[in-house]
Amino acid sequence: MLKLPVYLDNNATTACDPRVVDAMLPYFTENFGNAASRNHPFGWSAEEAVDYAREQIAALIGADAKEIIFTSGATEGDNLAIKGVFEMYASKGNHIITATTEHKAVLDTCKHIEKSGGEVTYLQVKEDGLIDLNELEGAIKDTTILIAIMYANNEIGVIQPMREISIIARKHGVLLFSDAVQAVGKIPVNVNKDGIDLMAFTAHKMYGPKGIGALYVRRKNPRVKVTAQMDGGGHERGMRSGTLNVPGIVGFGKAAELARLEMDEDAKRLSVLRDKLQSELMSIEETYVNGNEDHRLPHVTNISFKHVEGEGLLMGFNKNIALSSGSACTSASLEPSYVLKALGLGDDLAHSSLRFGLGRFTTEEQIDYTIEQVRNTVLKLREMSPLWEMYKEGIDLNSIEWAHH
Amino acid sequence: MAYSDKVIDHYQNPKNVGTLDKSSKNVGTGLVGAPECGDVMRLQIEVDETGVIKDAKFKTFGCGSAIASSSLATEWLKGKTVDQAISIDNMDIVEELNLPPVKIHCSVLAEDAIKAAINDYRVKNGLEAIKFEESVVH
Repeated sequence: MLKLPVYLDNNATTACDPRVVDAMLPYFTENFGNAASRNHPFGWSAEEAVDYAREQIAALIGADAKEIIFTSGATEGDNLAIKGVFEMYASKGNHIITATTEHKAVLDTCKHIEKSGGEVTYLQVKEDGLIDLNELEGAIKDTTILIAIMYANNEIGVIQPMREISIIARKHGVLLFSDAVQAVGKIPVNVNKDGIDLMAFTAHKMYGPKGIGALYVRRKNPRVKVTAQMDGGGHERGMRSGTLNVPGIVGFGKAAELARLEMDEDAKRLSVLRDKLQSELMSIEETYVNGNEDHRLPHVTNISFKHVEGEGLLMGFNKNIALSSGSACTSASLEPSYVLKALGLGDDLAHSSLRFGLGRFTTEEQIDYTIEQVRNTVLKLREMSPLWEMYKEGIDLNSIEWAHH
Repeated sequence: MAYSDKVIDHYQNPKNVGTLDKSSKNVGTGLVGAPECGDVMRLQIEVDETGVIKDAKFKTFGCGSAIASSSLATEWLKGKTVDQAISIDNMDIVEELNLPPVKIHCSVLAEDAIKAAINDYRVKNGLEAIKFEESVVH
């Protein structure tokens, strides 16, 4: 049975797993205590639940429970890690290295660092979305204190070589931070094997609730500290004040446990569906996959349909299929995806892209339906596209003097 | 952002999609926008001997609002004289389609396409191209 609407925007957020919701519910009503209340059973049961969730989350990423700092989400985690390291290690240096394809929460935080007297190097990525390790090493200088590279990209799903990056960081005594929002719970992530010192991730991208995330902060080899960005009661080892969101944390813990147990199976199933979707859509002419296909999340593909505009394309089926596009028209800025442009894609191809993010609840019927709907809409819009007509007539579109507006 | 019913209707059932013979003396063609900007419109008019637009066709690369704006423009053009067509204003399109502020540029593009098609027709027929003021909203 085909279930509509189809949700293929799992890089934006995921549905909360019903098992996660069940785990959370008692912590709104009976067990509503403040985890910091030390003198009564309400506080004790809340604290116990938080401790348990911390263990569940730590187990997912191969960390120690004490290394998990709860945040409101990955944007806060990104801010806390980058600003916190910048302030804590100010005596060591002021230089940070990141990449142009990072999430805005990292890029805008780096812009803030630059305004605060820091220096930031933005590495270009290669055509396939991967960073160049030689360039990374070449960018390190005496004042470098942090490398901030995302684990997997939110638009194209490309996975950076974290282990190789960490070897370079270690060699030069530089801390490594990773925004791992898209990777944690989807592919094996292990902070020790991957050599990561700080890592931000969030529950709502892994079938948990919104509004709760974590920053992993390494406690030994080396012991890392960050300067708190919010003053208050000194919760979370003094790094993040604020009463803990107990139901959110319980849900996050449950989501982490489910991910740890079901990740392999989910990934296997979804990569088969993703490959089917991609190969069927690629059979349409003038269609291109964006980003490296070998180092990529199993549930993601990003495809450009040349001579068709992304938002116009979405409109053909967005009542029944939830997807996102790199097209400018879908954003307030009217600029197409900066990630796709960083791969060297022309604006025209960036405007023509769709991002497919499959998830735990995606079915094969839904993928078959999506293939049919996307194909039909692409063909219909190409019949309406002057660019397609010119292309078919053999006119070089680059030879035309377009009136840029 | 939700689309208005009229935009959805034009998108699903676009009027006058197609191509006229651009080498014909009676046909004026306007090609505006740029692939890099995510919108390209080609609008064509066919004018009879009395100066009346008897047919209009479009092809558009762009979002739903751009497709709807050009589809609507072709509908409005048919039956008008060239002189009447000149006075079609982008704000009329905005009003008719209920375009939100972020989509006003789609209507501007349609107006530009109309003017470009009219000028192409005029030049082909030995008339001077009309100088239009630069549209403000881009």
